[in-house]
Amino acid sequence: MDKIGIAKRIAQEVQNGFYVNLGIGIPTLVANYVREDIEVEFQSENGVLGMGPFPFEGEEDADIINAGKQTITTLPGASFFDSATSFSMIRGKHVHLTILGAMEVSQNGDIANWKIPGKMVKGMGGAMDLVASAENIIVAMMHTNKEGESKILKQCTLPLTGVGCVKKVVTNLAVLEVKNNAFYLLERAPGVSVEEVQKATEGTLIVEGEIPEMRI
Amino acid sequence: MINKKVNNVQEALKGVENGMTFMLGGFGLCGIPENAIAELVKLNIKNVTCISNNAGVDDFGLGLLLQKKQIKKMISSYVGENQEFERQMLSGELEVELTPQGTLAEKCRAAQAGFPAFYTPAGYGTEVAEGKETREFDGKMYVLEPAFKADFAFVKAWKGDAAGNLIFKGTARNFNANMCGAAKITVAEVEELVPVGELDPNNIHIPGIFVQRIFQGTNYEKRIEQRTVRK
Repeated sequence: MDKIGIAKRIAQEVQNGFYVNLGIGIPTLVANYVREDIEVEFQSENGVLGMGPFPFEGEEDADIINAGKQTITTLPGASFFDSATSFSMIRGKHVHLTILGAMEVSQNGDIANWKIPGKMVKGMGGAMDLVASAENIIVAMMHTNKEGESKILKQCTLPLTGVGCVKKVVTNLAVLEVKNNAFYLLERAPGVSVEEVQKATEGTLIVEGEIPEMRI
Repeated sequence: MINKKVNNVQEALKGVENGMTFMLGGFGLCGIPENAIAELVKLNIKNVTCISNNAGVDDFGLGLLLQKKQIKKMISSYVGENQEFERQMLSGELEVELTPQGTLAEKCRAAQAGFPAFYTPAGYGTEVAEGKETREFDGKMYVLEPAFKADFAFVKAWKGDAAGNLIFKGTARNFNANMCGAAKITVAEVEELVPVGELDPNNIHIPGIFVQRIFQGTNYEKRIEQRTVRK
């Protein structure tokens, strides 16, 4: 399964009436696969609620962008606001669901996604505010890095973005629930065996009963 | 009506000095005070601390000040779009205080609103909270974050009048609105300076009381960082 598959699976978690904040990368793709028969509003932390699709060529507006600095459009009912108000929505728990990427997650729910010491320092952006406040956080990520090493860990090795906040992780191999200091295997990606998930997971993986395949 | 209008960017930036702390509005390149930045480059003001969510790109926005090594310290939440920034930071030439975006916005708003500090859950348990006071409220841990202190705030709005009233457009409101009145002197540049009385008081985003100087900006480039279109 690829990044599109991850986005499609996470889109199933989006429910009617949800305000949703999508992070940069795989999370941005989720908007494309949300059911059309439900009402959802996408929030971008740079100050827009009711984000629509990308504009048609020639209709780009430098004053209307998302948090990834991409040109966007707005849907009927949309609103613009300042950054402090935007984070009032997030910190005040008015946003129902946060979907973001990660470099590492650990079995106690810690997440690292903003810094590789001495190598990559881009900053945390809004991620620390989002993970510290959101009740419902889903992490979208690849299960392993390019070298094949697990990113689903007992303990994060990189500087943390937040502690004990991740509840669910969707990867190219599996859907995992984070609880009781372990990763509970909920679903396997199409064609992926429990053993393959186990092999790619460094953290404690709990497998209870028959594990269904994701339906995407 | 108390008149805040100045004639040009030169007058608007009177009093800026080496070593000062500046706030600059904008998210990425969206809504940045292009005229003020260009003038700071021209004046070659050095050794400054800049509070800005991002650091521009290599050849635009705050990247222009970075190129000329005018910045001593940056306080930002995300700086990934600027290679010169990353180079100066990793080599230790540039001091950087990375701050969670919501905390950055609130530190502006607190300064604007007269709060010395506030508690936020963002960054608890991470290196951002190191050395800071923490406190538990209702079973959850929070970090004490002080308000910003700055000499000048440079903001950019869509429309404004001589009374200093401002209206922003789209997502260009971002940090601009929160930085107004958050520094000793707030300088607003606008795309359209309209006659007093023309703006509907119901639609003002920032009342003129938060602005000390306002001027008609010129030559806005309004560069798009990630032009993304539908097929």
